Parts: sequence; structure tokens; C-alpha cells
Amino acid sequence: MKIMPCPLNGPRNISEFTYGGEVRAMPDPARASVAEWADHVFNQDNPAGVVREWWMHNASGYWFIAERHTVSDDILRTYDPSEIFRERVEFAAAPTEGTPS
Amino acid sequence: MPLSLLRLGFSSEIKPDFPPPPAKLKPSYDVVIIGGGGHGVAIAYYLAKYHGITNVAVLDKGYLGGGSTTRNTAVIRSNYLTPEGVKFYIESVKLFRELSNEFDFNIMYSERGQLTLAHTDATVRAFRQRAEVNRHFGGRTEMLDRKQIHELVPLLNLDTGHMPILAGLWHIDGATARHDGVAWGYARGAIQRGVEFHPLTEVTGFDIENGRLKAVKTTRGTIQCGCAVQAVAGHSSLLLQKAGIRAPIHTYPLQAMVTQPVKPFLDQLVSSSALHCYVQQTGRGEILIGGGSDPYPLYNTRSTIDLKEGLLAHAIEMFPFFANVKLMRQWTGITDMTPDYSPIMGLSPVENYYLDAGWGTYGFKSTPICGKTMAELVASGGKVPELIAPFGLDRFSRFQQINEMGATAASH
Repeated sequence: MKIMPCPLNGPRNISEFTYGGEVRAMPDPARASVAEWADHVFNQDNPAGVVREWWMHNASGYWFIAERHTVSDDILRTYDPSEIFRERVEFAAAPTEGTPS
Repeated sequence: MPLSLLRLGFSSEIKPDFPPPPAKLKPSYDVVIIGGGGHGVAIAYYLAKYHGITNVAVLDKGYLGGGSTTRNTAVIRSNYLTPEGVKFYIESVKLFRELSNEFDFNIMYSERGQLTLAHTDATVRAFRQRAEVNRHFGGRTEMLDRKQIHELVPLLNLDTGHMPILAGLWHIDGATARHDGVAWGYARGAIQRGVEFHPLTEVTGFDIENGRLKAVKTTRGTIQCGCAVQAVAGHSSLLLQKAGIRAPIHTYPLQAMVTQPVKPFLDQLVSSSALHCYVQQTGRGEILIGGGSDPYPLYNTRSTIDLKEGLLAHAIEMFPFFANVKLMRQWTGITDMTPDYSPIMGLSPVENYYLDAGWGTYGFKSTPICGKTMAELVASGGKVPELIAPFGLDRFSRFQQINEMGATAASH
């Protein structure tokens, strides 16, 4: 079976992991327009090449980031999310009442 | 052996007459269709035969029907969940029934019926809804209980592991056909009417000015065009990126396999989404086994032993005697999945660039109706036919998805 090198648990069978989607910036939900939000929710780059993506080790519930090539299926690097996410993300309250325009 | 065949065997001048050898690309076409699979050639066929548009080039980076057209498991059915989906696929089934006559070429259409199995109360409820919706729009679908399932498929094990079968959705219109034959029939009909088919011609980019497509750049030169259609299963996102269009598509491999041939024992197509498995016996006696997509995205037709093992374990639960049958072949296709499991058809942000994408695992069964409606769209210069209006790319910015996730033969 294919082996996923987990930053926390070491090399494990890939069947122990769940794919969690591409790592990408989220627009501020309170300020994003409907079109921006729809783009974020649905649209994907879906590239053929190296992609930075979320994975979870099911047994330990540990989320991490893997850099994987989506054509060769080579896992190039895995690391703890703290490598990219260094600060807590605070979302501002909606600037005006009603639905975002 | 006929003498003419023997003579051909000794001849050094064998010239295959179909498809015709590639000619030079013309500098300009009315319509350029990107992707020479079943969908691409079907659009060309309906354009040429029913709309009189023959200045058409079908481009493929490989060869005729060499992608998902030849890798699918050739299931034809209309037992979907939403009214939009059911209406669309019922028309497809109707066209499939007449296709051999239409082509004067046997696509080996075989109406066997499809039996989908429910192992939980929730699935039984969903089946009731699917049966009612399908009947309402003119399909033939009914609910079966355990006794009726046993009478229909005596060799099926009703007590599969920890999830016994509770009921079945019996879709009488379920069928199969020779998938390559469908592509050949459409291609032959289109080429006879003047459409050009260009294999080994990969699209590398587009000339787009003020939101209008001017020309298609290929590995064999640039072609001016009145409009273009993209019909490239498995690589929809990559081509869309070249046109600067964003879409909600994720690309996953889908694996399947066939066993050695055995005596006829199974007329119906049998599937279970709880077991992630579907089984049918081909006309040659092989047992065809297919299942869910791979668990993560990939642009690759590699196979994995763990997915095959899981699939076989479930197939053996359904039909225990499979344990003694040997596998003969296995393969993988690439599927472009959308969040709501419905296709993306119709207009795009580029004015004269039309989309036939995001088919997921439903591409083959939609080939005739997709070709017919996309041809209407192209011939009318962008007037979207009513039947495919709900499937536009813009449904994702209007939050009006068409959820067909519950109607997959094997959950993904």
C-alpha cells in the first residue's frame, strides 16, 4: 500500500488518512461578495502538478499539510500546519446589516 | 477464412479506411470541437446531420474514443434523483434505443434492467423517491422486496455481511451497449458528412479578444474558428484554465476490472452503493466489476491493489462464487467530479466557447442526448436548449445546484 509520511505518527498506510482539499486562503465571510464567496466555496484550481493540500490521520485526528504531485502521486513533503499558519485568524463582524452584496 | 482476408494478410499495403488518415488542418473552421471521444464526435454528428453544419474539426490529443469513452463500464440508465436529471437521461435512453438504426451499425444495445440494492432504511426511502420521480417522467422503475430480488437474481447473496439487503430499485430501462461502437458510429456518420477528425492534435491555448474566442492554438498550428466546444473528460480543468475559466471540478481516478469469461448467469446490472460495488456480465461472459472513485484526486490512470482488494471483497459478498473466478484485466479512467454530481453544460464566460464538462461517472450514458442538445446550442449560436439549461456553469454562482449524489451506482 502507498505510504503517507505523517509529521506526527511517522510513515503509515495511506488508507489511515483522509484527504481534506487544497490549502487556500479563505475570504473574510463577513465582507466577501456573493460571487467571491461562491468562487471560494465551489471553484478549485485542480492543477496537474505539485499541490499543497490538507490531510488528516483518522486515528489521531491530526490535520497536517502535504505537498503532492497530482500526476505522479509522489508525496514530496509533509509538515505541521504551524509552518504556514503562525497566527490566529480573527474575522471581523459584518460591516453593515443585511446580506452581503 | 475468406480469401480476401487472407490476401490482405499477405499484402504490404494495408490501409485502414476508418478513421481516415489525418489530413492537414485548414486555417479556419466554423466549429472546433476539442476532444474526440463519444461526446465530441456525437456533437459533430448531430451538427452535420441535423443542422447542416459540416465545416467542423474534431481535435483529439490521442485517438478516436481513447479516453473515458473506452474506459467506462457502459451502463445506460435514467433512474436519477432530480427532475432535471431524470428528464435529461430519459431522453438519452430513448436515443440509445434507436442508435443502431440511426447509424446502420450495431452498437450492441442490450436492455437488461438495473437492480440497485438498499441495505439501510435511509436508502429504501431514497429509492421510493427515485422510483416515483422516474415513473413520473416516463421511465420504468419499481421497488422490489427481498423475495422478488431472489426470484430475479437467484445467485445474489441477500445477507451480505453486517448489512443485509432490505429492498431493491428495479430499473427496467437499464441497459448496456458497446461503448467503442457508439463513438465509431458517431464518428463515421460525422466524417461521411464532411466533418474532419484530427487525432494527435493537442490544444495548447486560445486567442480570446474582448470575451470572444478568435482562434484555437494547437500543436499543429493555429486555427481560426466561429466557435469552439470543449468535450475532454478527465482533463476539463486543465483546458478550462487555458481559456481562463474557473470551475468546480475535482479530478479522480475510477478503477474497474473484468474476470475470465464464465457461463451466462447474470442478465441484470446489479449495484450497491453501500458496498461501493457494481457487477454485470458482459456479452462475452466476463464479469465486469466497478466501484467508487479513488479516495483522493489524481490525474493518472494507475491502479492500486488496495482499492481492487476492497472492491473484490464486496463483489464476493454479493456473489460468493466469484472467489473461484480469476481476474483477467483491470484498468482506470479519469473522472471530473462536480460538487453536486451533475455535469456542466452550456455557456461559458467566453461568448462563443461552449462547455461539455464535469461528467464525473455519468458521461457515457449521456452521450446521445448531450451530443444532440450541445449541437442545438452551437447551431443556434448560443441559445441554450431547455433540457440542459439547469446544468449551466453559472448554477454555482446562483447556488442552484442539482444534487445527484444519491443517484450514483456506487458511491464516490
